[in-house]
Amino acid sequence: MAEIPQLLVHEHDDNVGVVVVEGLTASTDMLVCVTHDNSTFRLTSGADVPIGHKIALKDLKEGDTCIKYGEDIGKVIADIPKGGHVHTHNVKTKRW
Amino acid sequence: MSKYSNMTFMGYRRENGRVGVRNHVVILPLDDISNAACEAVANNIKGTMAIPHAYGRLQFGEDLEVHFRTIIGTGANPNVAAVVVIGIEPGWTQRVVDGIAKTGKPVWGISIEQKGDLETIRQASWKAKEYVHWASELQREECNINELWVSTKCGESDTTTGLGSCPTVGNMYDKLLPEGIYGFFGETSEITGAEHICQKRAINEEVGERWYKMWKAYQDDVIFAHQTDDLSDSQPTKGNIEGGLTTIEEKALGNLEKIGRTSQFIDILDPAEAPESGNGLYFMDSSSAAAECVTLMAAGGAVIHTFPTGQGNVIGNPIVPVIKITANPRTVRTMAEHVDVDVSGILRREMTIDEAGDELIDMIRRTANGRNTAAEALGHREFSMTKLYRSA
Repeated sequence: MAEIPQLLVHEHDDNVGVVVVEGLTASTDMLVCVTHDNSTFRLTSGADVPIGHKIALKDLKEGDTCIKYGEDIGKVIADIPKGGHVHTHNVKTKRW
Repeated sequence: MSKYSNMTFMGYRRENGRVGVRNHVVILPLDDISNAACEAVANNIKGTMAIPHAYGRLQFGEDLEVHFRTIIGTGANPNVAAVVVIGIEPGWTQRVVDGIAKTGKPVWGISIEQKGDLETIRQASWKAKEYVHWASELQREECNINELWVSTKCGESDTTTGLGSCPTVGNMYDKLLPEGIYGFFGETSEITGAEHICQKRAINEEVGERWYKMWKAYQDDVIFAHQTDDLSDSQPTKGNIEGGLTTIEEKALGNLEKIGRTSQFIDILDPAEAPESGNGLYFMDSSSAAAECVTLMAAGGAVIHTFPTGQGNVIGNPIVPVIKITANPRTVRTMAEHVDVDVSGILRREMTIDEAGDELIDMIRRTANGRNTAAEALGHREFSMTKLYRSA
């Protein structure tokens, strides 16, 4: 892969990806790579997001389930636009 | 036959047939109040190492059993050539000596009561000196890679551990477990959120059910019994959240990447328990706190530890080399002195998981041959006892 991806996604079912570069700024035309089969697509970042933090791959509504590794990792507690920063302010465990 | 089948390393074959990769002469306190005497002996006799710790008095029941298993297991570990045990009184001191002596290695104990520290230190220093002369003449010999016992536990995890460093360890296990190594993983509380997946990785239903009962017991007896609100402040940790992990489910799914795609666990171990079901992968019921977990796995007999980290955990262990693996390019840049295996190429898609696994296997072989890990070079010797409940 000549171009280095800014966002990695584990599985095709996932609705979030992980920022893997430092200093990502809003409105970046990101190369997104799905690690399952190395397929790629493009997505525009909606915020400055630190390395390691997640970005929504589509619009997520309050009450939706956040999917990563093809698995349920928690519930969406505030609407997140496609390209938006996903973290503790808008996703919470369903455990407690 | 795979390309790993003929891989060898130079190790120390011990009296009981097990192979160590280090050759420590340990001055081992039975209890907290014997630390000072042990440290004095280690200061007198170069080439020895004291392993001070916080407990060993007025414990009872299973908590006491974990204490003895940890102390005896540490002395029995094949990375240790010989042991001087110091305790406050002779009864429990002898119990530790007898436990370690089952391996056939040189071990000698002394108690402080009715002698005082100075006389104890004098006698123990003479014995330690004798052991150092003996151990320093032992030679490494060629051993097959399948004689290694390799543990894993990750720390200061972030989203890059689930993408890079944990799958690297998993790839290593998928390649080396079929060759006949022993493997250890654990971190009971950190499987929460992926327990349904972990249970299915047991070799059969019976082991899976025993695993689930153990995991559930921790939830019921410890977490729900002691929680003040929920675990949100501890799991994920503040460091995990800084690194981008949002929920315990997300953390657990990344954690489980350490057992790869095909590996199955064959049995469950109590904390610090040595495996007795033959070669293969074991789940050890253990804390997710790095030093406690590595201490327990070393006491169970692991001779090398593989430690994936995201944000940069700096842990080491007194007797077991801890190999740090990270995929986070910021950690590689800001904490380079702690990193043994840099797999950040996985995030740039310049390195495959298969290539990363081979790099880790090569670092395991080099470490087994004697290469000091970053943690060893930096003097990290964290030894933390697991305490199940208050002492009497």
